[in-house]
Amino acid sequence: MNDKYELIIIGGGPAGLTAGIYAAMARLKTLLIEKMTLGGRILFASKVENFPGFPDGISGGELAELMYKQATKFGLEIHYAGVEEIKYREKRNVVKTGDGSFEASSIILAGGCEHTELGVPGEGEFIGKGVSYCATCDANFFQERVVAVVGGGNAAVSEALYLTNFASRVILIHRRNELRASPILQERLLADPKITVIWDSVVKKVQGQKFLEELELGNVKTGKITRLKVAGVFVAIGFKPNTDYLRDILELDKLGQVVTNTLLATSQPGIYAAGDIRSNSGRQAIIAAGDGAASAIFANNFLRGL
Amino acid sequence: MGKPLEINDDSFEQAVIKAELPVVVDFWAPWCGPCRMVGPVLDELAEKYSGKVEFTKLNVDSNAGSAGKYGVHSIPTIIFFKDGKPMQQVVGARPKKELQEIIDSLLA
Repeated sequence: MNDKYELIIIGGGPAGLTAGIYAAMARLKTLLIEKMTLGGRILFASKVENFPGFPDGISGGELAELMYKQATKFGLEIHYAGVEEIKYREKRNVVKTGDGSFEASSIILAGGCEHTELGVPGEGEFIGKGVSYCATCDANFFQERVVAVVGGGNAAVSEALYLTNFASRVILIHRRNELRASPILQERLLADPKITVIWDSVVKKVQGQKFLEELELGNVKTGKITRLKVAGVFVAIGFKPNTDYLRDILELDKLGQVVTNTLLATSQPGIYAAGDIRSNSGRQAIIAAGDGAASAIFANNFLRGL
Repeated sequence: MGKPLEINDDSFEQAVIKAELPVVVDFWAPWCGPCRMVGPVLDELAEKYSGKVEFTKLNVDSNAGSAGKYGVHSIPTIIFFKDGKPMQQVVGARPKKELQEIIDSLLA
């Protein structure tokens, strides 16, 4: 027999935790399933400056911790395991995880996105030895060292700016000749004397002895290969949704994100999606939180037959 | 019991190297977001393995010595010790099940 719930929330970032707060307060029998750690992508933000209510900014870790406290205060139950499959059987959704199966009439998908890896030789080998996906976590290990950041969006530029507080020099490597990051971040980046940008280039190889020592770069226009001595490389080249296990049961867009209507309903009755996992989400913590609240209300209506 | 014990460079020898039980050391720092939320997962494991495995956490911000000694360049890093020796090391947030399997292998 599987444990039975009214609602299962998959993913414990701002979307899932906010849905959890609402569901717990509505006294729905709810289980939140998280495969790694609660908090989601905001854990990687050194400072969240645009979440209303925190005029001086707040670290993503602190914000996540507050959401977690708020959700568990109202009795939200949490299970740490990865979801492998959802099956629809006799008006119930059966959620199979790496550690047990659970059933619920309604589901909120709030699994967000994962960072994209470079996918080049040496990357995996040097994780924790110079390769990092979290400047907030690891910048301090690179005091007065030369580091590189790969990417051109808000995450990459924010990480480069943050690293200037620690590193002696920061080199941003971007595959195009213009940045995607917001104008205010670009202004700060280009004005910073510690940062240089290498345009039109990609990382081909990550190498070193015990720790990372050097990156092999390829210019995408000329094909020229160069070497860059760095002690660390921070990868921020984008995100991909965690939706492979959903492919057979509901509609995804061509990026693999879950398609929803204005009531956050997916193509499968009773299954909702909230936050970064959703097609055309704004990829912001506050939007994810808003989605989480709305999806819990819509799921509650569905459960009550409204 | 159930809550990981806060250790430092000075107590490392006694709490980890000379410990009789296997010891899990969670290298963390207050500035590290993912580290904060690894906490609740380790709390659950500490509860589950109470009396069999010691759970400890070490703030690398104020204890650079131990972090340096074990080559920690990225946090969260969790190192699993048995008989004073580091047996396995994982970097970044990891699934609870994976951590559990490592601990079970230490106890086997």
